[in-house]
Order: sequence, then structure tokens, then C-alpha cells
Amino acid sequence: MLQVVRRSGRLAPNVRGVSDFDSGSVDGSRMGAPRPGGTSTAVEVEALTVRYGDLVAVNGISFQADHGQITAVLGPNGAGKTSTIEVCEGYRRPTSGTVRVLGMVPADDQAKLSERMGVMLQEGGVYPSARVRDVVRHYCALYDRGVDADELVERVGLGERAGATWRRLSGGEKQRVSLALALAARPEVAFLDEPTSGVDVHGRDTIRDVVRRLADDGCAVVLATHELDEAERIADRVVIFDRGEVIADGTLDELRRGHDEIRFRTVPGLDLVALEAATGLVAVTLGDDEYLVRIASDPQVVSVLSGWLAVQGHPLIDLRAGAQRLEDVFRRLTSTESGPNEDPR
Amino acid sequence: MSRLGAQVRTELQLVSRNGEQLLLTLGIPVMLLVFFSTVDVLPTGTDDPVDFLAPGVLALAVMSTAMVSLGIGTGFERTYKVLKRLGATPLGRGRLIGAKIISVVAVEMVQFAVLVPVALLLGWDPPSPDWLMAALAVVLGTVAFAGIGLTLAGRLRGEINLAAQNAIYLALLLLGGMVVPFAELPAPVRAVAYLLPSGALSDVLREALTDVGARPGASWVVLTCWAVATPLLARRLFRFE
Repeated sequence: MLQVVRRSGRLAPNVRGVSDFDSGSVDGSRMGAPRPGGTSTAVEVEALTVRYGDLVAVNGISFQADHGQITAVLGPNGAGKTSTIEVCEGYRRPTSGTVRVLGMVPADDQAKLSERMGVMLQEGGVYPSARVRDVVRHYCALYDRGVDADELVERVGLGERAGATWRRLSGGEKQRVSLALALAARPEVAFLDEPTSGVDVHGRDTIRDVVRRLADDGCAVVLATHELDEAERIADRVVIFDRGEVIADGTLDELRRGHDEIRFRTVPGLDLVALEAATGLVAVTLGDDEYLVRIASDPQVVSVLSGWLAVQGHPLIDLRAGAQRLEDVFRRLTSTESGPNEDPR
Repeated sequence: MSRLGAQVRTELQLVSRNGEQLLLTLGIPVMLLVFFSTVDVLPTGTDDPVDFLAPGVLALAVMSTAMVSLGIGTGFERTYKVLKRLGATPLGRGRLIGAKIISVVAVEMVQFAVLVPVALLLGWDPPSPDWLMAALAVVLGTVAFAGIGLTLAGRLRGEINLAAQNAIYLALLLLGGMVVPFAELPAPVRAVAYLLPSGALSDVLREALTDVGARPGASWVVLTCWAVATPLLARRLFRFE
């Protein structure tokens, strides 16, 4: 179910449209709701707070991730994604709140949990002089879950680079090695931090396929990313972070539903009063030549709009009608100042 | 292969493929031993310089592996988040430390297998070597130097750790009675040198192998103190991230 969460404090002035996203969509129950399709919960985060001295990195957040699903954790700079994932991985203890992964408390049970958990760090994790084949074999031996290292190297598309050292790999190849190390655990739950960051198109396809298969096999995949397009392509469920808080949580369809609109580009300075008078469509200006009409899009409305533009002799440079893209949802919910950039935490 | 075995194999792979580490652990000790044994410029006080140098270079080999090689390698593992990533595997800290100990001992055995025959070829003829006592000294020295190396590796950033380890290595080498006899040092410096782990190790090794230690009783005490103190310090100060 869709959960859009009102911030506990005052809204920042540049966070646009949270109120209308809120309307009719707020779900007070944060935890324990049964998932569609009878999936079971692998990760339960409840009222988690993480502080570094006076800095509150994560402020009372709650969400869940299920087996067989890819849950994307999305957020802009300093949103608290990595801090949250590191608590889930057992690297740090929460300041308050509870986290359970496969029913265990990660910081207390990391030894047991690590046997069933795959981890992909945001960067690094491998000694520069280590060869791809050797490091994957090493991790397969450490996890001892019967995963064949050579097959794993092939699966992530690095068969031809198996003899290369880590320092000789491109950024994308390093990401694929890191993913292979997570898969060496034959994981029941996997935490992947920016798995496609810096990866070329073909590499992304490989990573998406591998991650999808992992989830299809029943693994709960929690994937932190700042790339909206990536989340939209791969995730079953999206948890949007901003300034240490979860501001939306739901499936992609749920997040996008109920916010139909028509976006179009034509000449700058369009006469919106004339448009409304002639067609009844109320448009707002988004950019120099970009406009938005909040309305359920159907072919009739699109026809009326394009017909009016034709009569006025205006070109139709671009038109998008229907459910919002995740990017639009994201921009609506978060600050536009920082944008969805790398999370330094 | 067991988890411990897999980690040991990786540790040894990394050491054996690292040219700088091989130079440090084998190249420099062999070169010092051969050069100063054949070019008699050091005031060793012995008939044959190799009689003085052999125990000192064995002590140097222990310091190179247990402190510098282990410390620099572990420091970079920390910088490159290798330790962090390993922390999320079933390896566990106990096996990780165990693998590093085994790896250090294995490298030391290779060093001795090279250095002792080289010394013998150069004419070293220890009269009544007490190899058991020498082995005990090597164990204590290994523990003491590993404690220093890991303390630095666990607190300093990669490049700073690298510089610090090398600087300490040079100071401990020059002042530790390994290639320069204690007697040649100025009295105040000599007093300090006797208290260094390198000074204590070279002195007890020289006593065990050639029976000419400067003050072996005191050096055993000094070496034991270092072997107790530095692992405790490392345990207290080491940070995996």
C-alpha cells in the first residue's frame, strides 16, 4: 500500500506539492500490513534513528522489504540511505528504534546474519592487486554456500576479465565484481548500495538481469540508488528518503497513481487564459516553454489540447500524458535544491 | 577449503604478488647481509662481519614482515574498505587475525629458509646456536612488532600509515643493533636503543645464536614487555573502518 508520510517538522519551503501528494493517500499504519501476493517480510525497520553527535542522519524512519521483491531506497544528498543500510547490515547500531533482518538484530547477530546476507558496498571492498577470479573464489569459500566462482564470474559478464586485477577494472566492472561478491553468499537478503553507478548500458542490463533473478529466486533485495531511472526500471517497491525521513513508501504504481497529468512543450509565453477560455483546461507554466495540466489524461483531452494548439499555429514540441514518472513524483516530494545526487553518507 | 584456509591463501597471494613487500621482506635483508658481510666497513667487533650481521638481519627480517609488511598491507585494506567488506562475511575477526598471523609466520619461514643458508655460505659459523631460544625470541619479536604495525594501521590513513611505518622501520633498523653495533652509538642514544623492540630482539638473537649478546637478560625483559604491551595497544586502538 502507498504510504506518504508527512514530515515531523516544518516543511522546507522548496519542497513542492507534498500537501497535494498527501491528500487522500496518507496511511497511518506504518508496519505490519500484509503484502499483496502473500510475500513475507525480510527487513523490518521501525522508528529508526541514527545520530552522529549532534547530526541526526536518520530520524525515526520505518519501512519494510519483502522476500522476492526489489525495494529501492531513493533519496537526495544526505538523505540517510547509507546510514540506514549500514544499520541493516550490522555495521552500526541504531541510536534508537529497532531493525530486524531475517528476524535477527543485525549488530548483535552479524556473524549469523552474514551467512545469509549479501552486501555490496558503495565503493571499494577489494584489494587493488587482487584478481577478479581469485577474489570471487575467495568469497565463495568464505560463504561456503556451494556457489561456483567461475560460473558467478560469467554470470556478471566478466568471464573475459577474470584474470584482471581490481585496479585495472573500469568503474562498471568493479561494480559487477562487487555484485558477484554479494551473490557468493547465495543470499536470502541482499543490500546493494548504488549497484549501477558508473556502469555502461550493457553492464546495467547485466546487473538488472542478475538482480531481477536474485529477487525472483526469493531474495529480498534492498537497493540504494540516487538514479531515479534505475529505480523505475528495476524496483518493485520504492522508499523515498529525504533529510533523514521516509516521505513516501509504496509500489511504483501506487506512487504514480492518482497523479495523472499532461505535460507539453510549445512556444514560450503561451496564452493560458485563452487556453482555459477555449478548452476549459487549466495549465501552469513549468519552464520557458513547458506547461502542465493536472487532469486525468484521456485521448479526448489530448485531442482538444493539440487541436487548440494547431488552431493557434503553435508547434507541439513534446507531449507526455498519463501517470507521472518517478522523477516527477520525486521532485514533487523532495527539495529541488540538492537534487538526486550522490549520498555521501 | 575452510574459511581460515581461504583467507590465508588470499593473504599469501597478495604478499607474493606485491613487489614492494618482497623487496622489503627478502630483498633488503639479503642485500644488507651480503653487502656488509663481503665489504668489511662496519665496526662489528667480530673477526668475520657475518657473525655479527646474521642474527641482526634475522631480527630485521622479523621486523620487516611482522611490523611493516603486515602494517602497511592492513592499513591499505582498511583504506580500501577490504576489512569492512570482510566484516560482512562469515569469516569473523578471529579468523581474519588468525590468517594474518599464519601468513606472517609463513613469510618468516621463507625468509629464514633463504637468509640462514645465505649467511652460512658467507661464512657464518655459529659455535653453539640455541635454536629453541632463537625461536622463542622470534615469536616474541613477531608479536611485539605486529602490535606496533597494527596499532598504526588501525588508526592512520593509508598513505600516512605507509610513511609512518617506513620512518619507524628506518629508525628501529639504525638504532636496533641490527647492522650498527650498540657500542658505536653515543651513550644516551645507546641507552634508548637498548629499550627498543628492535634492539632487544637483535640482542637476544645474537645471544641465542652466537653467545655474544650485549645485555641479554635485560633484553629478554624488554622484548617481553613489548610483546605484551603492543598487542593490547592494538586491540584498544585498532579501528576496522
